[in-house]
Amino acid sequence: MADQPLVLGIETSCDETGVGIVRGETLLFDAIASSVDEHARFGGVVPEVASRAHLEAMVPTIERACREAGVTLGDVDAVAVTSGPGLAGALMVGVASAKALALALGVPLHGVNHLASHVAVDIVEHGPLPEPTLALLVSGGHSSLLLVPDVTDDVRSLGSTIDDAAGEAFDKVARVLGLPFPGGPHIDRMAREGQVVIDFPRGLTGGRDAERHRFDFSFSGLKTAVSRWVQAREAAGEPVPVADVAASFQEAVTDVLTRKAIDACRTHGVGHLQVGGGVAANSRLRALAQERCDAAGIQLRVPRPGLCTDNGAMVAALGAQMVLKGRAPSDLAIPADSSMPVTQVSA
Amino acid sequence: MLTLAIDTSTTAIGVAVLAGDAEPVRAVVLDARAHTEHLAPLVADALARAGATPAEVTDIAVGTGPGPFTGLRVGLVTAVTMGYALGVPVHGVGSLDVLAEQAFAATGDDVGEVLVATDARRREVYWARYARTADGARALGEPAVEAPAQVPEHTRMLPTAGRGPLLYPDAFPRPVADVLDVDPAALGAIARRRAAAGVPMPVEPLYLRRPDALTTAERAAR
Ligand SMILES: Nc1ncnc2c1ncn2[C@@H]1O[C@H](COP(=O)(O)OP(=O)(O)O)[C@@H](O)[C@H]1O
Ligand SMILES: [Mg+2]
Repeated sequence: MADQPLVLGIETSCDETGVGIVRGETLLFDAIASSVDEHARFGGVVPEVASRAHLEAMVPTIERACREAGVTLGDVDAVAVTSGPGLAGALMVGVASAKALALALGVPLHGVNHLASHVAVDIVEHGPLPEPTLALLVSGGHSSLLLVPDVTDDVRSLGSTIDDAAGEAFDKVARVLGLPFPGGPHIDRMAREGQVVIDFPRGLTGGRDAERHRFDFSFSGLKTAVSRWVQAREAAGEPVPVADVAASFQEAVTDVLTRKAIDACRTHGVGHLQVGGGVAANSRLRALAQERCDAAGIQLRVPRPGLCTDNGAMVAALGAQMVLKGRAPSDLAIPADSSMPVTQVSA
Repeated sequence: MLTLAIDTSTTAIGVAVLAGDAEPVRAVVLDARAHTEHLAPLVADALARAGATPAEVTDIAVGTGPGPFTGLRVGLVTAVTMGYALGVPVHGVGSLDVLAEQAFAATGDDVGEVLVATDARRREVYWARYARTADGARALGEPAVEAPAQVPEHTRMLPTAGRGPLLYPDAFPRPVADVLDVDPAALGAIARRRAAAGVPMPVEPLYLRRPDALTTAERAAR
């Protein structure tokens, strides 16, 4: 195993400062420092608050990752970093730090795509990715269906959200229901105590949209429907059944996500579905995806929740694949690309 | 002694390598919007031209601002990460202090006080007043961020370093010629002098402004 490349991965695209250490296809340690508590009082992620926190946390997080992984920086064979997409100022902290490490250690730098990393992370959890894999990526910033022949250089977009991301919908609906930020985990928890009794709309699943936007998503209409429903209750002076609303909303989101993902697998003849991104931590999404994949004879892979939300391990995992497959490293002059397209795996 | 000096608080993205008493090697680009792209290649270039490898660096000096946040952080995170990776100390120096020293070096002894005013964007400047002393420029107060007209009139009439006079010539009528941006070699020299004198040099960013956002409570109160 010692001949496998040791890769340090840095992730700072949003509010988590993540540093992961991977040897080959084995995760040694995943260190994370989150500024989420600092954002809670603003009701959402404030880019400048996130960037300041990244600067403070960067070196201590690198230090902790190395210590816990039982390696020294001198052992590192390559440095990988999320070079996009994400919050520009936040990305810059990670990219500059990764360049400084690569330069100081005299090792190659790999700037990689955050979304491809969300797919690649499952390699350290469940082994090599079947090729091709179909990936459903659902997070606070993204909702995409990807066809992935090779996660190191061939990622194709089948569809994505045309408005809000799935996680964004969870967070906005949570706000409507008076739940704290980020709302996803709270809705997940509340929903377990509720019943699916309200039939909220399933975006882009009917009529012409079902064809024109077959693999796209839309969640803003759903969010509006939930707001209206809650407002009507409040206007009538009736109590809002928060648990039932949460369960019904969550059912609408996860129904559409899994239905379209299975349809994409069938259409492209792919027998594997990989789910990733923060929303993949959702218990109903995991259960429903399992149920529907089983029925369709598709193999489902979802990493543990801690590897679904943003982290450094996913970046290290993809970086290690880049090294193993002999992909060319990035130049020291690469930018932080806040709108890096999902089809561009590396910088 | 091989000092690597970095400053990204002004329009110049600046790197200098100070090896012993040799003439410093500088690598500077004027592009206040592309710090992430330029800085690491500039460090590599300055070290190479000084005939040094990163492993030979013995200490790092970095400008702590004030300056536009995003670029400032690129310099700071580069310095602290390299310092950690190389196992060498990192010294923080206020960027306005450096401009003040540059101003005193560029003027005669008859100039006993200067103003430093740099671009803070949003029609404001970062500013501080300095006195010439036997051992360098001494700040007469904490740096501040304000509209040019808010700077006291008698202070605005002092010889002024930084881009303030270029941007707001009416407010700052007495520019110090050719002292616009931080010179990384001057930064390195100050860090060395302070290190020798045992002055603590924490690497704390001088933001001077709070993040632009309202808490949910503040929003509700509007
Ligand atoms: N159990 C959950 N159920 C639903 N959504 C969740 C759950 N856990 C996290 N999320 C959502 O995941 C999103 C964060 O995803 P992540 O991949 O970490 O961030 P980003 O989109 O910034 O890359 C948030 O919107 C959060 O509400
Ligand atoms: Mg993410």
